[in-house]
Amino acid sequence: MGERVLEKLVRETTVEIKNAEGLHMRPAMQFVDTASRFDCDIIVSNGQTNADGKSIMQMSMLAATCGTRLHLQAQGPEAEQALEALRDLVEVKTFGEPPP
Amino acid sequence: MRFDEFVCFEATIPELQAADRDGAITELIAALVKAGKISSESAKEVAKAVIKRENEASTGMGKGVAVPHVKHAAVKHVLAAVGQSSGGIDFASLDEQPVYSVILLISPVNNPDKHLQAMENVFRHLQKEKFRKFLRQCRTPAELEDLLKEADENPSW
Repeated sequence: MGERVLEKLVRETTVEIKNAEGLHMRPAMQFVDTASRFDCDIIVSNGQTNADGKSIMQMSMLAATCGTRLHLQAQGPEAEQALEALRDLVEVKTFGEPPP
Repeated sequence: MRFDEFVCFEATIPELQAADRDGAITELIAALVKAGKISSESAKEVAKAVIKRENEASTGMGKGVAVPHVKHAAVKHVLAAVGQSSGGIDFASLDEQPVYSVILLISPVNNPDKHLQAMENVFRHLQKEKFRKFLRQCRTPAELEDLLKEADENPSW
């Protein structure tokens, strides 16, 4: 009777909002679209509020202004790929919007 | 940001006359003009901008609510009007269901942070089933005002 080890793949990172307008609805939708492509749960926190990274209503509650740092936690088989894609969207592509 | 910091309580419509999206947007903007919050000259332009934004991606977030919005020079502070439709309006929502509560938001162009803070408040409440239900039950502007002020006083409710 060996103990079965369930490996839970959890990955975490922090990203910073860099576009001037912040995480308004259009970027929030891009975030949700990207997050939804991956097989994992994603929780996004601004330090006060936790939001489901796949829910546009919840993501709109983060009031993530330019300069806000968001903590991302992904859990599931594709956690790592999801966080990579989200970092690229938020910090490299900056949602296709200009900096301040 | 509290509702009473940006909702115009003279521009709440418990039963929208309009049965379609653009009509509802126009009706809410007309209410803001009547309340003296935006000029009648800019009303048309604001409506056009809100509809253009709405055509790019629906703000019907599902669960019977829509938050059409735009950043526009016609306002210096974030400004909102609230309308209800008992018959429901097709907003091309994400869940393809009709919209019963419309919160129209107009934000100044040069203050993105205030826009985000108003949105935060709107969605924090709208995602609660109880709040959505109470909103739909409001029959008069006074009831809408009471509900939004109560929500301000009980942020966790």
